[in-house]
Order: sequence, then structure tokens, then C-alpha cells
Amino acid sequence: MQPAIARRPRHTGARLFVQATLARTYVRIVGSLREPTWMLSDAIFPNLGMCAFVLLYRALGAPRAYEALAVIGGVLTTYWINVVWGMGAQLYWEKQQGQLQLYFAAPCSRLAILSGMALGGLAATMLRSLVGVAIGLWVFHIQVAPFSPWVLAGVFALTMVALYALGMTLASLFLLYGREAWHTANAMQEPVYFLSGLYFPIRTLGAVGSVAAGVLPLTLGTDALRQVLLGPTAQGLLPLGQEAIALAGFGALFLWLAGRAMAYLEALSKREGRLTQRWQ
Amino acid sequence: MGHSLASVPAVETRDLRRVFKRSRGSPEVVALAGVNLKIERGEVFGLLGPNGAGKTTAIKILNTLLYPTSGEARVAGHDVVREPGEVRRRIALVSGGESSGYGILDVRECLWMFSQFYGVPRAEADARVDQLIAALKLSGLAKTRINRLSTGERQRMNFARGFVSDPEILFLDEPTLGMDVNAARELREFVLTWTRERPGRTVLLTTHYMAEADQMCDRIAIIDHGRTLACDTPAALRRSVEGGQHVELEVLGVPDGLAEVDGTPVTWGAPHPERGTHTMKLRLADGGRLPLVLRALDAKGVAVRGVSTRETSLEDAFIAIVGRGLDESEAPS
Repeated sequence: MQPAIARRPRHTGARLFVQATLARTYVRIVGSLREPTWMLSDAIFPNLGMCAFVLLYRALGAPRAYEALAVIGGVLTTYWINVVWGMGAQLYWEKQQGQLQLYFAAPCSRLAILSGMALGGLAATMLRSLVGVAIGLWVFHIQVAPFSPWVLAGVFALTMVALYALGMTLASLFLLYGREAWHTANAMQEPVYFLSGLYFPIRTLGAVGSVAAGVLPLTLGTDALRQVLLGPTAQGLLPLGQEAIALAGFGALFLWLAGRAMAYLEALSKREGRLTQRWQ
Repeated sequence: MGHSLASVPAVETRDLRRVFKRSRGSPEVVALAGVNLKIERGEVFGLLGPNGAGKTTAIKILNTLLYPTSGEARVAGHDVVREPGEVRRRIALVSGGESSGYGILDVRECLWMFSQFYGVPRAEADARVDQLIAALKLSGLAKTRINRLSTGERQRMNFARGFVSDPEILFLDEPTLGMDVNAARELREFVLTWTRERPGRTVLLTTHYMAEADQMCDRIAIIDHGRTLACDTPAALRRSVEGGQHVELEVLGVPDGLAEVDGTPVTWGAPHPERGTHTMKLRLADGGRLPLVLRALDAKGVAVRGVSTRETSLEDAFIAIVGRGLDESEAPS
């Protein structure tokens, strides 16, 4: 028998969670800075739709507030694309790379990995969304006047938590259903854009349309940010306070769902032995 | 759990069984049919078996990636089903041919990232990553992006990943698969040095290379069809099969149907394409009988062009125990 092992202590619990989250965040941020071609697909292209709407409103002589609505919607589109295709598809991609089983064999929480993906995606997208903000402010000269920078920061944070928590849940669903989920997300892209009112006031959908749209965190986040930035001209769907509460609720719900989905997925993986295997 | 690290085996399985259900009414596959293993701390333990023997299934269960269908598996005294977190803190897994890390990261960043998933404190992680990069001759590649590494370089990096958390128990699942001879030798030496310098560290190795198992392992378990057929030191496994001397003769002018010489059965290798000779293989219980065999061949008009002898190898023992070689499939039934 060999002597006992003198092994230095490892971080556990919350400290390990933070450590793993930051490590996974690092990958996303470094990735976005090292691969400038992503700027084109993630920052420039998503803003082309926004530019088209702004130019359309301008050609039609619509109120200037409409241009601001489209710019805010365009900026949020950048995040939405990252949530669905960067965040949602991530675990599926990790599986195809053969890396998922390394995560499942590591002692850190799987939610820490997902949180790192989310935080990294958010940070990287934030840089890219600044391109949209710059186009809005300096190219189209839109005018916004947030009544409080703190409220703006709070609403933005709630929106991001709701969106990226949804992305964390989607990550498990994409992994579980593979290409089917991929195709479904693809098919739902335009309906979601439409119901989110990214490029027009959501109220124009009418009462039923507005209620339907209200179940999407993207809709509520877009609407709430418009209310903070544009005031009454945003033609808000619900009072700002209610939207903030709903966004917080969405965030909590999706975080819980993400945890449950991940736990289910891991149990399924261990039972059937195929989810962590490449090409299965 | 309060286990004294040295008082419990590194790995222990009892009647470990895993059955995979197939869809559409296909028969189920029994990957493990009751495997019993006990690996002590500080051992380099080999798991040998033909393709489909159940090695990787066993490794996955021990790494908390699969549930066993029945039976029990404990790693460092912790049950892999009930205490997966405790198990994961103590282990690391390296599979040959896997691709770990992100192409956008460089080698150093990738190793650091994995150290963080295991909770290695920052300063210790930095120092260990530097040590591993130097020890595995990755210094010149430390700042190279992973997607620019060759396959061999990437395998070395992947190998280094297994050590960043300084695990108590390291699982190496065919770690040198596809590596060139020199790189594989260096990695074997690295593992042996690692275990020597850290008494109590345990390695469970599966490999397709008999020489690798023979060189590295303190003990070897041979499994097939999900069952442990033998478990002992390489020397004892060799001794366990009928001993004697293996003789290979390069001969010319072989009469048709020659199946035995002086009462000793012979097998034949492929003919030499240029010299027109054949390789005759036979095992002599007593090496002193070789001159008698040579005389008998001479009497039959067979010319012997070359003679080589060797002792019973681990491969011989494996074939004797399993009934076929590592890469041979079973005869169709």
C-alpha cells in the first residue's frame, strides 16, 4: 500500500462555480476578439435589417421616433441571434466536437459552464451591438433621452438575464433534439422577429397580437428599453414596472428550467450513454 | 465520507453490469456482464481486451458518465452513482483521439481553462500548466492556437490536460492511439515519472498496444464479453499460460501439408515474396528440442535459412486467455 496522498485543496462550491464560469466566459470573449470575421456576421449583417427599416421610415416620412424604435430593435436583434445560435446551439456543438463528456466528467456545475457561455456571449455581443448603437447615433442621428441611466441599466440587465437564461434552456433542448430543434428554431426565426416588434411599435399588432407577443421575453425587453429611451413616443405595451417584473420572472423561470433541463439531460445521458458521444 | 485516502482502493467494482438497450426490438447488448476489479492506490493498472470487450464502458462508468445497470463501482471510496461529485473531484480522463479545447484558444489558455473547471487555485494552475507544457515538449507551441496544431501536437496537449488537476486517479483510454513511436514512448515515460514522483497516484490504462501494457502496468486485467478473464501482473500472466520457447524458422522447400515436425504442431506465416521462403512457427516446451526439430526438417528435405526464438509474450498469454488477438474479431458462428 502506498502512503497517503498529499494533495493540495481544490476550490469547491460557489468558488468553483465562479472559477468555471469565468474560464468559460474567457473562451467567448477571446474568441470574439481573435476572429474578426465574426464581426461581419454578428455585428454588421444583423444591422442591415435595421438600416433598411430606418431608411424606409425616413422615405415614408414617418415620425423620427420610428427610426429610434428600429435602431433599438436592431441592437437587440444582435443579442437575440447570439442567444439562439451562439448560446442555444452551444452544447450541441460541444457534443459534435467530442467535448461534452469532458464537461460532464468535470467536478464543476454544468450550470457554471452554461453561465460562462452566456456571460461570454453577452460580453462579446455587447461589443458588437455597439456597432448598431454607433450606426443609430452617428449615421442616422436618432435621438434618445433615457430618463434615468440606472433604470436603463436595470432594464437592460433584466432583459439580458431573461434572454440568456432562455438561451441556457435552449442549449439543453438543442442538444436533446439535435437537428429537429435546429430546424424548429430556424423556422421560428421570422415569426419571433415579427412578434417581437423589433422594427415597429408592438401596439400596432393589436390587442390579441400584443398579448401573444407579450409572452416573449424579447418583446418585453425591447418594449421596456424603448420606454426608457424614448419615453411616451415608444407607445409601450405595458407599464414599465410591469414589464420589468415580467422580465425578472422570465429570467428566474428560464434559469430554473435551464437547471432542470441540464439535470434531465445528464441523467438521460448516463442512462442511455449516447448524448455525450460524438455523432450520436 | 471520512475515508483515509490510503485505506480504500483507488477503484473497486463488484459485479458491475451494463446493458445497452437497442431500439426497434433489436437484442440488447451486454457490455459488462459482472466485472470485479480492485485497483490499489499507486498502481498503474491495465485493462486489456479485444474491441467491444467492455473497456470503454467500464471507464465511462468509473468516470460518472454512465450508470451501471447493476452492481457497484467505487472510485477513491466513493460510489459513482450516489456521489458523482466526490468522484469527479479526484479523477481525470484522457481518451486517445479526442479533441479537447477550442480552436480559437492557444495551448496554454486551453490547459488553464480546464484547470479552472477542476477548481485548481489560480497560482497553482499557472505553475502546473507551465510545468506540463515544458515536460510534454509543448513550449514552442504554448502560444499557438489549437486549430493550428498537428494531430500529434493536439494529442500531446490533450494528454497534458489530463494532468492539470493533478488527479488522484487518472483514466487513460487508449492515450497513444495513432501517435508516432517516439511521441508514444515519451508519453509513457511521462506517466511513469508522474506516478513515481507522486506516490499514491493511480493510473487505469486501456490500450491496444501489448508492449505498452507490458511496460507500464503493475497489473493487468484481461476482459472479454464484459467479463474479467484474468487479473495479475504481466509476468504472472505470461507464466499462467503454457510456457516454453516460441521458434520461428525461415524455411525453403516445404512439402505440402506439413502440419507437424517431430510431433510438434506448426503454423505457417505468409511466404516471403522475394526469397520464396516460408515462416514456420512452433512452440517447444523445452528449448533443448530445437536441434531435434532441425534434424527432422533436414530429413524431410526442408532447408532452414534462419532461426529466431523468443519467450512467451504478453500477447501469447492474451491469445491463450481470450482465444484471439486484440484486433481479431471472433469467428462467425
